[in-house]
Amino acid sequence: MASFPTLLYKELLRFWKVGFQTVAAPVLTALLYLVVFAYALEGRMRVYDQVSYAQFLVPGLVMMSVLQNAFANSSSSLIQSKITGNLVFMLLAPISYLEFFSAYVLASMIRGLVVGAGVLAVTVWFVELRVVAPLWVIAYALLGGAILGGLGLIAGIWADRFDQIAAFQNFVILPLTFLSGVFYSIRSLPEFWQQASRLNPFFYMIDGFRYGFFGISDVPPLASLAVVAVSFVLLSTACLLLLRSGYKLRQ
Amino acid sequence: MTIAIEALNVEKRYGALQALAGVSLSVAEGEFFGLLGPNGAGKTTLISIIAGLARASAGEVRVMGADVVTDYRRARRMLGVVPQELVFDPFFTVRETLRIQSGYYGLRDNDAWIDEVIHHLDLGARADANMRALSGGMKRRVLVAQALVHRPPVIVLDEPTAGVDVELRRGLWQFIRRLNRDGHTIVLTTHYLEEAEELCDRIAMLKAGRIVALDSTRNLLGTFSGLVLRLRLDRETLPEGLAAEVLSGDAGHYALRLHDHGGLELVLRQLREAGATIRELELEPPDLEEVFLRVMRKH
Repeated sequence: MASFPTLLYKELLRFWKVGFQTVAAPVLTALLYLVVFAYALEGRMRVYDQVSYAQFLVPGLVMMSVLQNAFANSSSSLIQSKITGNLVFMLLAPISYLEFFSAYVLASMIRGLVVGAGVLAVTVWFVELRVVAPLWVIAYALLGGAILGGLGLIAGIWADRFDQIAAFQNFVILPLTFLSGVFYSIRSLPEFWQQASRLNPFFYMIDGFRYGFFGISDVPPLASLAVVAVSFVLLSTACLLLLRSGYKLRQ
Repeated sequence: MTIAIEALNVEKRYGALQALAGVSLSVAEGEFFGLLGPNGAGKTTLISIIAGLARASAGEVRVMGADVVTDYRRARRMLGVVPQELVFDPFFTVRETLRIQSGYYGLRDNDAWIDEVIHHLDLGARADANMRALSGGMKRRVLVAQALVHRPPVIVLDEPTAGVDVELRRGLWQFIRRLNRDGHTIVLTTHYLEEAEELCDRIAMLKAGRIVALDSTRNLLGTFSGLVLRLRLDRETLPEGLAAEVLSGDAGHYALRLHDHGGLELVLRQLREAGATIRELELEPPDLEEVFLRVMRKH
């Protein structure tokens, strides 16, 4: 793993150098969601008896930020390198596909976690929160970030243009995060949409993450963790196979 | 003699297009080797396969004995490649770029060598400038520096002087020549034939994915082009024996083909015997451009 530390450093330095755009902006976006939804719907919506709507909303927003930013990090980094051509410097070096995968995914997780922590740090000024099971919070944040980091890597490998990444983001990632119960409990949905939501792996990430805060969830946290862990294994395997084959990276 | 690069029956197909149709060559350690050919001949494809950027459809390539597929890590450590395109990462400064590139090869304490490379390529003044702020020539030099950070024994330069001004080109060649003198093997593709003629010990010419000529530069120049003897005589007729070698002749000015320097004596003798007087005489050395054009026409 001789190249891994440098590749990770490069990936971290890349997003950190434009931290205003990669960290501060998504924190502000999440804060706006909180202000608009929490204040508009406070009192009109109550998901769990002992939890206010604003409290319910915060973990969902934090996890949504983790997921979206983890995806954005690996996908945008890779597509930029492909389009500008500087990917060649990595392809020329003795970097194994496992090192490549690990560095990109870990950097994405870190960006997701930094943004998630930022959202949490800002929202606690407005909403009182407690964390009943911090290990669940950490486990879901790490796995969720890793899954979306890997998904971003797959999107970056597959895409040839920036607009394809944008399409992936707008037509896959955004609907899956919005329809995962960030803003509501799926129990408030009609039966059909409840069942449909259960096919969305993002739902389990959000639900399990929220369990860590309140000790309440729609699905038992261990079951969610199993779904999320299996998703991670499948996605990582797919990504590693793509990288090993050199698909769209080496001719 | 160690072989720096060895290619055996390398083929590459892109769908129906045969980019390389069984290329075999070997470059000895310490050699300055030229790869010439028209656009689309397969030069960059061959380099990409050597560098591991593309995979051969058939055949094998080794760099310093390491197979570029099965032992790719060792092969890539042995190789520095200067790509044809002017690519750079806009997020980093020159020094960061070079440190990162070092790190990819597992070298994390490489500042002394990086400083030396920066100095030799005259990048010192802009070492802490962002890559975006650099001129094209500067970016080209950073590409060369990136190829050298891990001190590879074999360096491949894919048209490194395309679009580079004369002064920079000279500086670059001085530097590359020094690397060659220090023992580095250099493989070069270029469109500037005089450059190849001046620098390369041996040359391979590619056309439509095949090697159509492969020899020492001296032999290539000798075999295909010979010498051109330009004469101005005191008369407008040539001795008959010389007519077959005339390239052009007009009002006492003649250009004759000589196969080698030995042919000169023969021409002079025939002129003497015919009683002709030579007013001017010029012997032109062989020219790679002519060799190149003849080879390309022949195949």
